[in-house]
Amino acid sequence: MKIASRFQASPESGAVQFQYDGETLTAPAGIPLAAALLAHSGGFSRQTAGGHDRTAFCMMGVCFDCLVEVDGIPNTQACMTPVRGGMVVRRQIGLRRLKGGSDV
Amino acid sequence: MSDFDLITIGAGPAGMSAARVAAEGGLRVLLLDEQARPGGQIYRNAGQTRDARAWLGAEYAAGARLVDALEHPGITARFGATVWRLDAGPRVVWSEGGASHSARAPHILLAGGAQERPVPFPGWTQPGVMTAGAAQILMKTAGMLPRDAVLAGSGPLLYLVAAQMIDAGAPPKALVETQTPRMMLRALPHLPKALFAARTLLKGLGLMARIRKAGVRRYTAATDLAADTETDGTIRFSFRSGGAQHSLTCALVLTHQGVIPSTHISRAAGIAHTWNAAQVAFKPVHDIWGATDRPGLYVAGDGAGIGGADAATAAGQLAALDILRSAGRISADARNQRAALPRATLFRARAIRPFLDAAYAPSAETLSPPDETIICRCEEITAGAVRQSVKEGAQGHRQIKTSLRVGMGACQGLMCDATVRGVLCDGKSACMGRIAPPRARTPIKPITLGELAALTNDCKETA
Repeated sequence: MKIASRFQASPESGAVQFQYDGETLTAPAGIPLAAALLAHSGGFSRQTAGGHDRTAFCMMGVCFDCLVEVDGIPNTQACMTPVRGGMVVRRQIGLRRLKGGSDV
Repeated sequence: MSDFDLITIGAGPAGMSAARVAAEGGLRVLLLDEQARPGGQIYRNAGQTRDARAWLGAEYAAGARLVDALEHPGITARFGATVWRLDAGPRVVWSEGGASHSARAPHILLAGGAQERPVPFPGWTQPGVMTAGAAQILMKTAGMLPRDAVLAGSGPLLYLVAAQMIDAGAPPKALVETQTPRMMLRALPHLPKALFAARTLLKGLGLMARIRKAGVRRYTAATDLAADTETDGTIRFSFRSGGAQHSLTCALVLTHQGVIPSTHISRAAGIAHTWNAAQVAFKPVHDIWGATDRPGLYVAGDGAGIGGADAATAAGQLAALDILRSAGRISADARNQRAALPRATLFRARAIRPFLDAAYAPSAETLSPPDETIICRCEEITAGAVRQSVKEGAQGHRQIKTSLRVGMGACQGLMCDATVRGVLCDGKSACMGRIAPPRARTPIKPITLGELAALTNDCKETA
């Protein structure tokens, strides 16, 4: 089920496009990636090893709950990563393996 | 040979003001911050936002002045630079763009600021529960406004965020406050001193008046906080207040219980720390200039003890003045003379803290939450598991960590150290002060093995 964003969309312009699990999203360039993901959905951007939903929590690099894969690099803090056009972002389900990907 | 005269870690109010004063005094300053832009959290994005988003308030907009002051030939600023090691020498090692760099300087200023105190309760890990500070960062960086949100907890920031939301046309659905009339009574003796910070007091009263005028429903002395998610993502937020059980449905719960100094870096550097009972947190020991017991290492701003933005700006200036003296650029007399103004500012800004600390003390269940509450978000460990391991003989952070992996996830304890201490002490402050904080070790922020492997004997020296 698609969960609506828990935020009112920003009216600001300067949109760039990036990929999120195969979907094309737009966001103002330079805002934190985690902000763009929260503007898109109120659901999870990661699931823990225990299978529980998480998404950005502190927005300042402390909690590590916003970890996503960005351009093939796993465990990237979405709150510390500015949005760039053409980024390829993936949700992380479970823990990452040493050589990438997950067991799920 | 040194690359710089001063390395400032953190580009919030303390780091920015220190960098400017030091550079004006002729020092070569390297300013590092892990965020993409200067400002720290309080002035996050202030250089970009300028006068847009007027609902964030004039005090926020004023942060742009500190950002502009970084334009000085003596200041080299690197953003997206995450410091992960501090060596004697002193030398700083940081990660930037996937590679590590290092630089030396005879003086290092730790101005890493604060983090929000973790507010654990059953359900706080679910999407839809965030910190009030996080919502404010989204407002500052992306102009995003919380929709259908409940603000819960305690502290001045809660009122500020509520007022900003009201002014932006997105008022909170309710304010669920945990502070009790008893806390306010205990705060009253500190009120006369707080009058030195009359402007701040008036601002606070103004915020509360705006919240009342907007008709935001307020609950006080709330306990038994818990959140549940419906299948459509709606949050059911329940709590007790005024002798009754309440349940609110909303899209967001924004929590806050004050802020605590970020001490990972100062602890990893080996600086002595002391328990601040009023603020229920550890802080590095330092003199009036911010100098610590480690040669060349200074602290300033909220990372040295919570005082707010004005206090941080002043403390940054004081540290820079003493560093200028230590570098032989100014005499002790000149330092003392120039210190008069920032010292007065610091005194006024700090005058209100004892009142605020007492009035908005963290709630008992924040410090020691119920058994079913996850307290280590990374490893998904509950308060009950910690209590069980104590019953089985585990003593102190270290043994609990070994038996449960609490604090061994990606955040390295940033989100659970404070709560583990509270659980061990049943929320009693005097006891918490006796439990030494866990060791903070290099790398203090996660870096990849590849990045470590790419380091030669000496790290790549930066230009």
